[in-house]
Amino acid sequence: MTSRILLRNLFRGRLTERAPAADPGALAELAARVDAASRARLGRSLAIREVDAGSCNGCELEIHALQNIVYDLERFGLRFVASPRHADVLLVTGPVTANMREALERTWRATPDPKWVVAVGDCGRDGGCFAGSPACVGGVSQVVPVDLHIPGCPPTPVALLKGLIALIETVAK
Amino acid sequence: MNWPSVPVDARAWSAMADRLQSGEVSLLGLWGEPGLAHMAILEAGRPSLLHLRCSDNRFPSVGRVHPPAIRLERAMRDLYGLEAEGAPDTRPWLRHGAPYAFLPAEGEGLHQIPVGPVHAGIIEPGHFRFTANGETVVRLEQRLGYVHKGIASLMAGAPLERAATLAARVSGDSTVAHALAFARAVEDALGIEVPPRAAWLRALAGELERLANHFGDIGAVCNDAAFSIMHASCGWLREQVLRAANECFGHRLMMDSVMPGGMRRDLAAGGAKQVAALVALARERFPELEQLYDNTASLKDRTVSTGIVSPGLARLFAAGGFVGRASGRDFDARRNPGYAPYGDLEFDVPVVQAGDVNARVWIRIREVEESLGLIEQILARLPTGPVQVALRPASGEGAALVEGFRGDIFGWVRVAADGRVERAWLRDPSWFQWPLLEAAIEGNIVADFPLCNKSFNCSYAGHDL
Repeated sequence: MTSRILLRNLFRGRLTERAPAADPGALAELAARVDAASRARLGRSLAIREVDAGSCNGCELEIHALQNIVYDLERFGLRFVASPRHADVLLVTGPVTANMREALERTWRATPDPKWVVAVGDCGRDGGCFAGSPACVGGVSQVVPVDLHIPGCPPTPVALLKGLIALIETVAK
Repeated sequence: MNWPSVPVDARAWSAMADRLQSGEVSLLGLWGEPGLAHMAILEAGRPSLLHLRCSDNRFPSVGRVHPPAIRLERAMRDLYGLEAEGAPDTRPWLRHGAPYAFLPAEGEGLHQIPVGPVHAGIIEPGHFRFTANGETVVRLEQRLGYVHKGIASLMAGAPLERAATLAARVSGDSTVAHALAFARAVEDALGIEVPPRAAWLRALAGELERLANHFGDIGAVCNDAAFSIMHASCGWLREQVLRAANECFGHRLMMDSVMPGGMRRDLAAGGAKQVAALVALARERFPELEQLYDNTASLKDRTVSTGIVSPGLARLFAAGGFVGRASGRDFDARRNPGYAPYGDLEFDVPVVQAGDVNARVWIRIREVEESLGLIEQILARLPTGPVQVALRPASGEGAALVEGFRGDIFGWVRVAADGRVERAWLRDPSWFQWPLLEAAIEGNIVADFPLCNKSFNCSYAGHDL
């Protein structure tokens, strides 16, 4: 059964889609934040640690989609890792709840330099529709320094790709 | 309000707690506001609501005799300052900050494994405290509340539109179902009925949401058993569902499509065609994946007899969705109490007894088939006409029970005369499923936890509110 499916898929043609171009806005935001030394050190590969700091899980669904065969994030030299100690990038979602603040800070401290923080979603930017709740701190930049924002509710996988490709192009320049 | 909703005294409240524990009635929800405790129950398929005025902010604990109420009562204390008298567990739940005392597990050779709140994968945050003897889990204790955003307090006093936006973000994977539970509760409170086309489009969105999540879950369970071809194939199918949803409603997850009074907008031109193509594609590709799952011994070896939930526990906790139906609980809110348009549609509600990971996968597989059939019926018979009705100003209380992909969602609202939400509450199915995961993992090996957890796929956001 498995071999039959594998064989047929081999002849069905490719399901992975063409890469979108880097988002120009993201390139501009990053230009100011990434220095030459970090670029030289990291080359064309970035390890990403995702942190849900209070999201509704909508952003997580679309971040997950980056790993499916249609978007195939790894072909760009970007991959998700299990530990912040292995990561170059923290991909943070949510309006940072009061209950996640410490965990986010500790994850950020556990990530070695040089590192970048990408705040994902409208909540990650400024708290989104949860802004002002006493149970929330607000956007990610209220807790850790943010290098790039990818807005959306949630951002589509293509929007996420455009932002992350801009990141790796800036870092690898 | 369509369901019985009665003020009760403390004695009647406590008597209901005893009846819950006896299994005569099921708990649908338990929530509060300053000075008031509310309970929703299901008796012989009929929901009803009880309201208890709490002098001194105290009320007789339901959790004292009926364990499924314990976490809800802890949340009521954190959010509204209501004290459940005689409650067996008075530790805070959603309010963090103070050091937390985990329950003890004592014995020779036991060790603890703390996991989270930040997990290794792309998962929502929560803490799992395992006590293990070698590889065998002796006790799992969950600590949740990390993504508590204060949604109920943001809804209190909010205009309907704003509250609907929040309802759509209680749990992103169930955005259609939560928005529907809220919208139907508001429509119940205002005494309005949405046009037929709106009800049918809501069902289309709901079934697309169920398909997308079930495809994702089936693949993810197999992935946790290191069988990646299922994951890749199901992930691709999920992507096709989201694209069809985007074509129909202008958003991949269909966020903000359902609103009080109907649908935000009509089905886009070309939407029906893409959904028909999606159904054809799924009908062509999914059966071979079903067979692949069923015929791969190394995969079944991981899922069969792993993480069993007994029918008795599923009944006691009134566990909804695939968690309940995989353990013999024959319940689906689309059928009972039921809501439009499901009375006009034909579908089966699959139920099995085994209660293991395999059973929870199979229920999803069967539900994929049922949803495909429902979508075909909806496309064939979609009524014409408007998709919205104006909200007439009225005050009152309303409630609804809708079936999300994860199980039944209970929604409740009290609308003030000025058209604002006075109070609202949405109970995600996860409230009654999370505790069963603690039971399911007992006696299993630590390495099977991800598999068990994925087969439940409880919502952290939906639970933490």
